[in-house]
Amino acid sequence: MSSDEDNHACSCGKGLTRRQFLTSAGAGALIVTASGHLGKDQEVSAAVIKSGEGTKITLLINGKQFQMLVEPRWSLLHVLREELGFTATKEGCGRGECGACTVLIDGMPRYACMTLAVEAEGVEITTVEGLMRGEDLGPVQKAFVEHDAFQCGYCTPGQIMAVEGLLRKEPDPTVEQIRQGVSGNLCRCGAYTHIINAARRAAEMKKSGAV
Amino acid sequence: MTPGFSYRRAASIKDAVTGLSEGNGRILAGGTDLLGCLRDSVFTTDMVVSITGIKELKRIDETPGGGLSIGALATITEVSENPVIRERYPALAQAAAEVASPQLRNQGTLGGNLCQKPRCWYYRGEFHCLRKGGDRCYAVAGENHYHCIFGGKGCYIVHPSDTAPALIAYGAEATIAGPAGMRKVSLENFFVPPAKDVTKETVLEAGEIVTAIVLPPPLAGLKSFYRKIRSRQSWDFALAGVALAIRTSNGRVTDARIVLSGAAPIPWRLVDAEKALIGKVAGPDSAKHTAALSIKDAQPLKHNAYKIPLFKGMIEEEVANISQA
Repeated sequence: MSSDEDNHACSCGKGLTRRQFLTSAGAGALIVTASGHLGKDQEVSAAVIKSGEGTKITLLINGKQFQMLVEPRWSLLHVLREELGFTATKEGCGRGECGACTVLIDGMPRYACMTLAVEAEGVEITTVEGLMRGEDLGPVQKAFVEHDAFQCGYCTPGQIMAVEGLLRKEPDPTVEQIRQGVSGNLCRCGAYTHIINAARRAAEMKKSGAV
Repeated sequence: MTPGFSYRRAASIKDAVTGLSEGNGRILAGGTDLLGCLRDSVFTTDMVVSITGIKELKRIDETPGGGLSIGALATITEVSENPVIRERYPALAQAAAEVASPQLRNQGTLGGNLCQKPRCWYYRGEFHCLRKGGDRCYAVAGENHYHCIFGGKGCYIVHPSDTAPALIAYGAEATIAGPAGMRKVSLENFFVPPAKDVTKETVLEAGEIVTAIVLPPPLAGLKSFYRKIRSRQSWDFALAGVALAIRTSNGRVTDARIVLSGAAPIPWRLVDAEKALIGKVAGPDSAKHTAALSIKDAQPLKHNAYKIPLFKGMIEEEVANISQA
């Protein structure tokens, strides 16, 4: 993929840490503009992007815009992790079954592995990094820590995004609604009970504004 | 990584049809089935035609005649939560709510749910089976626990959709756009059994796309329900499912539709059992009789005979429940 790397506007190398990356992003290395929607009301064109060729897209991730070149076949997951360094979002099965790659798209949980990057223009993408409040954890993250809602942690970013998406839609979910809400996320360590408790706690924290 | 393909973002239905007609184009809507099929090499394509920018395909509108038109791009979540669907076509809302996981429901579309490829593990795996142009169905002598008990001929897949049986129970119609213009096909006739053509799942011809599903106005007093049984509680395809739409008058059944999922290569309508139910007093006795009739033509394979009592029990319970509701 060396030629791909030459293509995209992102100048961050793959060797950077997330913190270094975020610092560089904060300094404006990648940001085109800081707010607003791109693409949502744009005229859709019938232009064909040829296989293997890059096309310039703008993604709105965690409130910031990133402009880059992507191939048609690239998934949003690939772009988040490999091109932009948002490595909280994990690849598990790569086939829409495990939920490790769950991100919010316009506030709703979706699998980034089953979403093409070219299709993710003009929507708001939120990853776990976007739940941070400065250097502090957001309420769902805090609740997961409080309730020890993980063991190995690999599924955790996806679980957190599934819970975040659920609470944005249903701020006061029943246990059954929580079970439904995280039903698309596998945890091979079996931390489900703690995840459900963490989701209830996160709902309380959000409601009381305690975070 | 997904194999490479060119990508065309269709600006209109006409543009999508044009794009599909060139080469071996494939439609991208939610993408959850398409990307899986491409990664598993179920098929290949040079051109992916995205229809997600066509706004008119996202609409859910009441029709002048009192029915409902659901755009092919309506997501499964939208179908499950739409207040009109929940009120007037509850079995469809229930079926949609049972589809896959929240993430896939947020992404997958109604059109895609109807046009998805079978989930047979031989078809999805590295087997050049009959449906892929090979010379045999590997399920016949293989691991056929999840295969069909009705309608298998040469190929023994089950149709994977939950929404299709519910839509057929309501007498829905698919609106199809293609190179020759628009056409409408009753959803009951939309799916192609293997006896007719083992390489096709739907009647769609090259260059055609489903643009909308149109539901007729619900019959007054119609009761409907969808139940799905699966091996995992969290989410899975149906081991057995049933969509029921029954109307009674003075305690007797006047209209009945019973359509199964997880049973056959196409959504399986039990016409004989429906006929036998009409005119009967709705209740446990007629439910028992209907259930017995429902499974009379079942032809299980080596490992899936468990589906016969599963369907029988489920149909008996649900026909009895809906009669007393």
